[in-house]
Amino acid sequence: MSIFIALPLIGVFIESFYSTQPVFETVDVQSCTPGFTGQTCTTETKSRPRFDANGAPIVATSFIGVQAYRDLLQPDAVVRAFGPDGGGLWALLSIDFYAALRFTVTFTLITLPLVIGFGLVVALAVNSVTRKLRGLVIFAALLPFIITPVIGALSIRWLFIGDGILTAAIRAIFNSNISMFAQGWTIELLMLTYRVWHVAPFAFVVFYAGLQTVDQDTLESAIVDGASRWERLRCVIVPHLMPLIVFVALIHLMDSYRVFEEVVGFSSQAHRISLQFLTFNFLTPDQTGNRAITRAAASSMLTMVGIVVLLVPLITHAWRTQRGRR
Amino acid sequence: MITARALRTPIGLQLVVAAFLAVWVVAAMFPLLWTAVMSFRVPLDALSSDPLVVLLGPATRASAMGISWLDLLLEVAAVVVVFRITSRVMRPMAVQYAPFGYVPLGWAQAAISCLGLGAIMLLVVVPMLARSLDTALASVPIIGQLATPAIGITLEHYRAVWITHQFYHNFENSLIITTGVVTVSLTVGTLAGYGLARSGGRMAFWILMLALVFRALPHSVLVTGYLPMFLSSRELLAPLWAAPVIGTVMHWFSAAPPTLYGQPWAIIIVLVSINQPFTIWMMRSFFDGIPTELDEAARVDGCTHFEAFWRAIIPVMWPGVITTGLFSFLLAYNDYLVTSLLLDAQSQTMVPAISQFLNRDTSSADQIEAIAAAVSITAPLFFLVMAFQRQIVSGLTAGAVKG
Repeated sequence: MSIFIALPLIGVFIESFYSTQPVFETVDVQSCTPGFTGQTCTTETKSRPRFDANGAPIVATSFIGVQAYRDLLQPDAVVRAFGPDGGGLWALLSIDFYAALRFTVTFTLITLPLVIGFGLVVALAVNSVTRKLRGLVIFAALLPFIITPVIGALSIRWLFIGDGILTAAIRAIFNSNISMFAQGWTIELLMLTYRVWHVAPFAFVVFYAGLQTVDQDTLESAIVDGASRWERLRCVIVPHLMPLIVFVALIHLMDSYRVFEEVVGFSSQAHRISLQFLTFNFLTPDQTGNRAITRAAASSMLTMVGIVVLLVPLITHAWRTQRGRR
Repeated sequence: MITARALRTPIGLQLVVAAFLAVWVVAAMFPLLWTAVMSFRVPLDALSSDPLVVLLGPATRASAMGISWLDLLLEVAAVVVVFRITSRVMRPMAVQYAPFGYVPLGWAQAAISCLGLGAIMLLVVVPMLARSLDTALASVPIIGQLATPAIGITLEHYRAVWITHQFYHNFENSLIITTGVVTVSLTVGTLAGYGLARSGGRMAFWILMLALVFRALPHSVLVTGYLPMFLSSRELLAPLWAAPVIGTVMHWFSAAPPTLYGQPWAIIIVLVSINQPFTIWMMRSFFDGIPTELDEAARVDGCTHFEAFWRAIIPVMWPGVITTGLFSFLLAYNDYLVTSLLLDAQSQTMVPAISQFLNRDTSSADQIEAIAAAVSITAPLFFLVMAFQRQIVSGLTAGAVKG
C-alpha cells in the first residue's frame, strides 16, 4: 500500500517544483523580399523549439520553485482584489482556484445536513411500515447509490436538457421561461440535488441498520415517563444513532470534498468547477497535446492540504480514544 | 400491553409516512427509468416535452415498430415469473450440480445458465408468443383493441451504439479492468485484513489511520503521480530490461519495456491502490466478527498458521469476501477520472467512452445514442442490486457499526 500510494505522492510533491518544457532557442532570421532597387531585407529574432538528431523536440527539466503554486494562487491578484476598488470577493472568485475552492466547500457544507436529514427521515419512515414493503423500498433506494455517478448525473441532466419534461413542468408551474443550463446557480442547484439523491440512500441504509438495535426497554420507559413521539426521537433514538451520524458525516465530508463527477455529468465547467476537476483539467491534453503536469501537481498538493486540515482533528480524536481503551 | 398501544402509529401519521415513502421511491427510480424509456424512442418522441408522447412514442410507432398493451402485459408477467423461478431454483442448483464439488463454481454455473435461459425466454420466446397471440386476437372486437400496436419501440440506438460504434470493445476493456481489480484487491485485502484484525497493536492502529487518510485522498492526486510515470515508462523501465538477470526474465514478457499509458492491465494497479485502503478497512471489520477461538482451535488440531487461515477462516468468510468484491467491482466499473486520463481512445472503458457520444452532440440522434449507451452501462448494475441487495446493505453497515 505504501509503495503504490505514498511513492506517487512524493513524486507529485517533487514534480510540483519542476517544470519540463521543450527547449527554445532564439535565432536571428533574415528574410528578404525582392524590391524595385534591390532586395529589402529585415532581420527579426524568433524563438523556436530545438530538435535533436532524430527530429524529436529536446525537453529540459528546470527547477521553478513555487512558481506553479503562484500561478494557481495568484497572490498579486488576491492583494489587488482586496485593495482599493479591487472588486473584493467577486474578483477573488473569478480566479479558477478560488472559484473551485468556494464551490467545493459550499457544496460539501450544503449537502451534508440534507443528506443526514433525508437519510434519517427515510430510515424512520421505513422502520414504521410493514415488513413486506421494506425490501422494495431498500431496492429502490439502493439504485441511485450504486449507479455510476457520471451516468446518474447525466440521467438527471437529460430530464432537464432543452425542452426536457421537467424543464417543461417548471415552466408550466412558475410560468417563467427558465433554462436550467444557461446560468451558474441553476446548474449548482441541480448538482446539489443530484448529490443528495445519490448519497441519501447510503445514510438511510446505515441509519436503518442502527434503528434495529435501539434498546426497546429504554423506549418503553420513556413512554412510561410520558415522553411524546418527538421527545422519544430526540432523547432516545438520535443519541443512540449519534455515532452513526458522525460516521456518515465523516464519509460524506471525504467524498464530497472530492466532488468531480457532477462537473462532468452536468458539463458545468464553464460555470462551476471543483478542486478535483481543476487537477483533471490540467492533466487533460490541450489542443497542442501538452499536459500541464507541474500545475496539476501543485493543485494536487493544495487539495491534499485541504484533506489534512479535514482529517487532523479526526485522527487526534481516534488516537485519544485508542489510548484511552488500553 | 399499554406500551404496545402507545408504540402504535396513529392513522394520520401512517398515511403521511406512506405518502412520503411513495414519493421517495418514485424520486429514486424516476430518472433511471425515464432515461430507459427514452432510449427506446426515436429522437422526435424522446426529446418531446410532453410526457405522454415520451411514454407512448407515436412517431416511433409510425417509423419503427409498435407493441400492443397485451404484449407489454405478457412481457412484464414473464419477467416476474422468471425472477421468481430463478430466485427459487438458484440455490439448490448451485449446491447440487457444483462441478468438482466446489460450491462457488456451482454458483457461477447456475448464474450463467439462469441468465442465458432467462434471456432466451424473455427476448425470444415470449415476444414470439405475444406476436402470434396478437394476430389471433386482432379480429375480436374489444380485446382486439388491446392487441393492436399502441406503444412505439425501437432498438436502432442500441444497434448504433453496440455495432456501429463498437461499444463491445469498451465493454471488453471494462471487463478486463474490473476482473483484475476485484481479484487483486481481494487477495491483498483478505491477507492484510486478517493480519490487522488478529494483531491489534499500535502498529495496526496506525496502518488503519493511514488507510483512512488514503481513503480520503482525491483520486486526481494519485493520477497526477502516476501519469508522468506511465507516459515515460519506456525510458524509466529501460534499465530493468538492460540489467543482467532481471533483464532476461523481463525479455520473456516483452522484447522492449512497455509504455504503460493506455494499457488496461496497468490501470489495474492504480485502481487497486485507490481501492485498497477501503478493502482492508472492510475486510478487517468482517474478520473482527470471526472469533479468535476458531483459528486457535484449528491450531490446536495441528494446523500451521497458514493452514488455519486457509481451512478454518476462508470457509466462514465468504459473505465478507463477496461484499468486499462487490464494492471493488463498483469502484472499478464506475470510475471515470482514472480511466479517462490514463487510457487512450482505443482502450477506453465504457463510462468515459460515453463522453464520445456526448461531445458529438450535433444531431438529436447522437443524444439518444448517448442515452442508450448509458442505459447499457446501468443495466448490469440493476441486476447486481437485485441479486446482491443483502450483501450490499451488510457492506454499507459493516464499516459503520464496527469501525
